Amino acid sequence: IPSVSSIVPESCLLIVVGLLVGGLIKGVGEKPPILKSDIFFLFLLPPIILDAGYFLPLRPFTENLGTILIFAVVGTLWNAFFLGGLMYAVCQLGGPGLNHIGLLANLLFGSIISAVDPVAVLAVFEEIHINELLHILVFGESLLNDAVTVVLYHLFEEFASFEQVTILDIILGFFSFFVVSLGGVLVGVIYGVIAAFTSRFTSHIRVIEPLFVFLYSYMAYLSAELFHLSGIMALIAAGVVMRPYVEANISHKSHTTIKYFLKMWSSVSETLIFIFLGVSTVAGHHYWNWTFVISTLFFCLIARVLGVLVLTWFINKFRIVKLTPKDQFIIAYGGLRGAIAFSLGYLLDYKHFGMRDMFLTAIITVIFFTVFVQGMTIRPLVDLLAVKKKQETKRSINEEIHTQFLDHLLTGIEDICGHYGHHHWKDKLNRFNKKYVKKCLIAGERSKEPQLIAFYHKMEMKQAIELVESGGIGKIPSAVSTVSIQNINPQSLPLERVLPALSKDKEEEIRKILRTNLQKTRQRLRSYNRHTLVADPYEEAWNQMLLRRQKARQLEQKMNNYLTVPAHRVDSPTMSRARIGSDPLAYEPKEDSENLPIITIDPASPQSPESVDLMSEEPKGCSGLPPSPEEDEEGLVMRVKEPSSPGTDDVFTPGASDSPSNQRMLRCLSDPGPRPEPEEGEPFIPKGQ
Amino acid sequence: AGTGGVPRAQPRHLCPFPAVTSEQIEHLHRRFKQLSQDQLTIRKENFDSIPDLEFNPIRGKIVHAFFDKRNLRQESDGLADEINFEDFLTIMSYFRPIEMNMDEEQLDRFRKEKLKFLFHMYDSDHDGKITLQEYRNVVEELLSGNPHLEKESARSIADGAMMEAASICVGQMGPDQVYEGITFEDFLKMWQGIDIETKMHVRFLNVDTIAHCY
Repeated sequence: IPSVSSIVPESCLLIVVGLLVGGLIKGVGEKPPILKSDIFFLFLLPPIILDAGYFLPLRPFTENLGTILIFAVVGTLWNAFFLGGLMYAVCQLGGPGLNHIGLLANLLFGSIISAVDPVAVLAVFEEIHINELLHILVFGESLLNDAVTVVLYHLFEEFASFEQVTILDIILGFFSFFVVSLGGVLVGVIYGVIAAFTSRFTSHIRVIEPLFVFLYSYMAYLSAELFHLSGIMALIAAGVVMRPYVEANISHKSHTTIKYFLKMWSSVSETLIFIFLGVSTVAGHHYWNWTFVISTLFFCLIARVLGVLVLTWFINKFRIVKLTPKDQFIIAYGGLRGAIAFSLGYLLDYKHFGMRDMFLTAIITVIFFTVFVQGMTIRPLVDLLAVKKKQETKRSINEEIHTQFLDHLLTGIEDICGHYGHHHWKDKLNRFNKKYVKKCLIAGERSKEPQLIAFYHKMEMKQAIELVESGGIGKIPSAVSTVSIQNINPQSLPLERVLPALSKDKEEEIRKILRTNLQKTRQRLRSYNRHTLVADPYEEAWNQMLLRRQKARQLEQKMNNYLTVPAHRVDSPTMSRARIGSDPLAYEPKEDSENLPIITIDPASPQSPESVDLMSEEPKGCSGLPPSPEEDEEGLVMRVKEPSSPGTDDVFTPGASDSPSNQRMLRCLSDPGPRPEPEEGEPFIPKGQ
Repeated sequence: AGTGGVPRAQPRHLCPFPAVTSEQIEHLHRRFKQLSQDQLTIRKENFDSIPDLEFNPIRGKIVHAFFDKRNLRQESDGLADEINFEDFLTIMSYFRPIEMNMDEEQLDRFRKEKLKFLFHMYDSDHDGKITLQEYRNVVEELLSGNPHLEKESARSIADGAMMEAASICVGQMGPDQVYEGITFEDFLKMWQGIDIETKMHVRFLNVDTIAHCY
């Protein structure tokens, strides 16, 4: 038995709920609230657009940008003028009730109703899982046509108050389109760059990183709207520009926060918008004129179909991957109207537009028709026409390698052909980005990290987190468990480090250590001071481990027998207290020292480079054996701890008391005691082990 | 120009599908003359005259692919020393876009041709398998644009990718089984999710701009 939600898209149900609520309120005798335009444009719309822009799949978007722009600009213009003109004709012929509506009013009405609405498109298309190309075409069009709508709307509104419209006004109007769209994009880009730059310095205040993303994006929107530029385009541009740099700078938790907040806000907004639409329908003053409304509906559909057909014929001359008739049908059918049209209509001034109520009625009818009829039938139609659906591919490292390889290959072929094509310019942009922009906007080491490495680290991290979260022994992802390095390279040393494959005993070690130390964290995290919310010890340790592994390898090449203790920054007392509070492994020499993974080093063993990373801190007592400068020359002889588990060093930071200066200070303060000879093989770690 | 006239007749015996248009052949011929400095054939050194190719991390493999006899549809194996215009066209035909009126079988063959080209680029020792060492080589070359990177990262990435490929292609493997390398069938499996026919093409349509060589 098909459930209601599989037949009726969520947007329809929400409108029905709105209708019921509105009816209820009216029935009680109160006046139901109407969706006010400023609430809509200032509070309800931005989260949805930001969510769309921040998570915009950039690759298909840029590949199809030409097509999307043509649909958005030319298509919307065509719709507006065609519809406006035809409605004017209808009004002239429509009898006394409609005769007084002038051409300008009709054109304005046409411009309001002709724009495809991103909210409605998102709501419906997300449920039908259509293939990426069609999704990005319709969705991209709905986002970019905002510029056209804004220009036309303000233009016609202004003209309606003029006595006469001259050619100069029209030409100026034409140019204002470029100003509005490019200006909006520029504003967005500026704010995006500022946000990226700000995120470079937020490594000490990770908690408010998401706030910067939201604030700067919203400011971009408001700034653009302030100057009557296209706010939606500003928002999209800001999101797209800031995303790669911000994601390289912020912590994993902030990234998750941003993702969930954006999704949450956009869900809430969308729900509210549709419910309000329903309520406003009940609440508003309506003026139903059969001729006007029915002809509006009819001509809307005709305009859309004609527009798509003609434009596709034109676009297909330039596209490599042509749009089939099936695609064209879906594009035409997916042109849904929504709340933006309603809000724009609501904004109309009664003084200039006496027929505002009639317009609103017609707008609501069209919205209802597209959302209910088209929204409900598009899913069975997609199945009927066997339109290609979205392929659920997991992003794998193989795919990433192949994609990059293909990119370089195609760029190379283009260079050989002597043809400055799509790939050539993309490659140039990437090189420019790598050389100049990334250095400014990304903090520290990450600015030099090539994309492949960044992707690989992200996947490693994800797998490690999955591993920890899955907890149980049996739930290891099958891709990892059975194929190990033995299967592909039998000659390599069994202990060779290949990160995605964690053998069973390594996992056990990690899990055991994590379990014991996670409990400690919970006990100690009592303070709620925001300064104590320091970086996640595991994530920071992860990054530090990667860095240290790099350095360790360099070390190994130079000095085989030496052990270098990584320097530690000097912290303020608050920070060090905080770190004591949150990092389970540091600064607690007295507790459970046998639980701490104590790894010692035998320089002769093959795994020594890895094991350099982890050492336990020494107790505050005098029996410590700090590596003083004279000792360094002799070197330190270490023992290898069994079981050999290089995996354990993955997660924990060493204690701070290892720094040479700290130890020297401890030595001075405490009674040093006799120093055992290093040749005895005395381990670096005192008798706790 | 007495340097081998433009072949007016489409070289049908080379490509199983309709060949590139004569306009495109004109353009490519002009480019060929530029690269070969008006000779009849091109050698590897001629490719050094393309300025933009220097930045490409896999330029070695790309140039190599032009001279690979397997791509030139010759029965023998190994590397040719020089190629003429017909061979040049043959290589270029691998990058043609998909036609709208292709049926399933043609599409499948189209796809396989392109993937075969890619496979030959990965498989540098021509043994029909992409071994771990060759894959490592590929990743190292991809990352060669970053001088400060160590080989270790490239190796781990390649190893991880290889293991993933093994688990896709063979599934569960016992500890003593050895996965020799990625064969062409496995390669096809790996690319199943990606629409290679829509991605691997170069636009020839815009012929007004020709980049210059040294």
